[in-house]
Amino acid sequence: MTTTLATQSAPPRRAKSLPGGRILIGAAVPLLIVGVWWLVTGPLNLFTATQLPAPQSVIEAGVGLLDGGALFAHVGVSVQRVLLGFLFGAAAGLLLGSLLGLSRIADGLLHPTVGAFRAVPSLAWVPLILLWVGIGEDGKVLLIAIGAFFPVFTSVHSALRHVDPHLVEAGRAFGYHGTRLLTAVQLPAVVPPVFSGLRLALAQSWLFLVAAELLASSEGLGFLLIESQNNGRVDRLLLAIVLLAILGKITDALLGVIERKALKTWA
Amino acid sequence: MTSAPALEQPVSTAESAEPELPTPVVAPESLSVKFNDVGRAFGGRTVLRNVTMTVNPGEVVAILGASGCGKSTLLRAVGGLDVGFTGELLIGDRAVSRYDERTAVGFQEPRLLPWRSIRRNIELGLPRDLEKSAGKARVDELLDLVGLSDRAHLRPREISGGMAQRASLARALARQPGVLLLDEPFGALDALTRLKMQDLLMDVHASTGTTVLLVTHDVNEAMQLADRILLLGCPDSDPAEGATVKSLVTVPGTRPRNRASQDLARLGSQLYAGLGVDSH
Repeated sequence: MTTTLATQSAPPRRAKSLPGGRILIGAAVPLLIVGVWWLVTGPLNLFTATQLPAPQSVIEAGVGLLDGGALFAHVGVSVQRVLLGFLFGAAAGLLLGSLLGLSRIADGLLHPTVGAFRAVPSLAWVPLILLWVGIGEDGKVLLIAIGAFFPVFTSVHSALRHVDPHLVEAGRAFGYHGTRLLTAVQLPAVVPPVFSGLRLALAQSWLFLVAAELLASSEGLGFLLIESQNNGRVDRLLLAIVLLAILGKITDALLGVIERKALKTWA
Repeated sequence: MTSAPALEQPVSTAESAEPELPTPVVAPESLSVKFNDVGRAFGGRTVLRNVTMTVNPGEVVAILGASGCGKSTLLRAVGGLDVGFTGELLIGDRAVSRYDERTAVGFQEPRLLPWRSIRRNIELGLPRDLEKSAGKARVDELLDLVGLSDRAHLRPREISGGMAQRASLARALARQPGVLLLDEPFGALDALTRLKMQDLLMDVHASTGTTVLLVTHDVNEAMQLADRILLLGCPDSDPAEGATVKSLVTVPGTRPRNRASQDLARLGSQLYAGLGVDSH
């Protein structure tokens, strides 16, 4: 616990010079990259279209795929897989992490085993999943769930283990135990580390999505990547990469909004 | 109509200026604490042994002793935070139970929940069966008593150490404890804040009348606040035997005591000698 802190009013909010100024600053570097990309492909002509297509041809590729509805199908199916895998994996991680973090018996019994499974690089499960589940939707979602599970499990488990024992004792001294102690002291105390775990898990989910879709799929952004590579469509390849970046950033930002709300209430 | 009920507070005439009286924020039934041959050992190492004494209801007893002599251990036993002691320990006429609800603890560190406002932290101390409106009224009064009404909405990290300790005291008082247990509550505060907190504690005791057990290593604090001082210590011959009651002295005079009094000075050097410190 901190002992002494000077009393002071909250620091004055920095006056915003521009509405959405932060977004503009954040967009500066991506715009610069696109500018340089356009420069080296168009006016300077340093690369051929098969090496590095111009930004406008990537946009054209996107518009082309938009026509048949294929682009939405790819994006939709990938987002669905990520969300499902992330939800299942994170839920399992929260449950098992809470159980092992709160119960010494469960921890003694299960932690070595979970630790051993965590030591297996997650992609090593791929052949087994292929054999047992197949690489249909179930197999893909399962692989993503495995990727999302461990960051959440680890953060919840270690956070619950390290809740300030002084606070827990104070809670108990004032008559709190069981579920009331959990909701009043232990869970709020772990909100910040749990959210870092969730964000890490979301990033892992996208990673495992691409891994699953590269292996075997007939739609999705990973499929778009491998199909474009086979057809020499570098424009579509770049489009898929840009889309992955944008989607990853959007989902992370959404989780960030929820995190800020939670931290306002709990931390 | 014969006599007024025994428990009723003596009421002065209706014309008397009521606001000048300290409002009794908590009107607990002060409880006695009886130690009967209480001891505590941790893994074969005796920390405390043969502590026998009775704290009267409404009394302030300071537990004084060198670091590591079992002061906090004794206090934690009374609060039911530690049930591994030997011997008999009664609060009122009932043995102490795990996390005994008749007691409330003010810890050395404020131990406020950092994600809760000061008000919500004090609410943590309210008894579970208390109605919401009554609870709110009690927290309001406590905030007023410890002078934090205008900071009630702030988080613990936004207030000073002294304020946090006051909030911690208010939280302990929220359950109207029969025995208030304070474990070096002012130890981490600067000298000036500490004196102010001592005055606050005297006010609190005057308005609540609760029994107070105060662990401290500060001789002057003990003499200023306590009715009696329990000096814990190990025998000089064999420190491994564990600490026990070295002396139990009644502090002369009534609170607030004159810090410069001769009697206190004499008692002070006596206590310092008991702590093994040369008082010069």
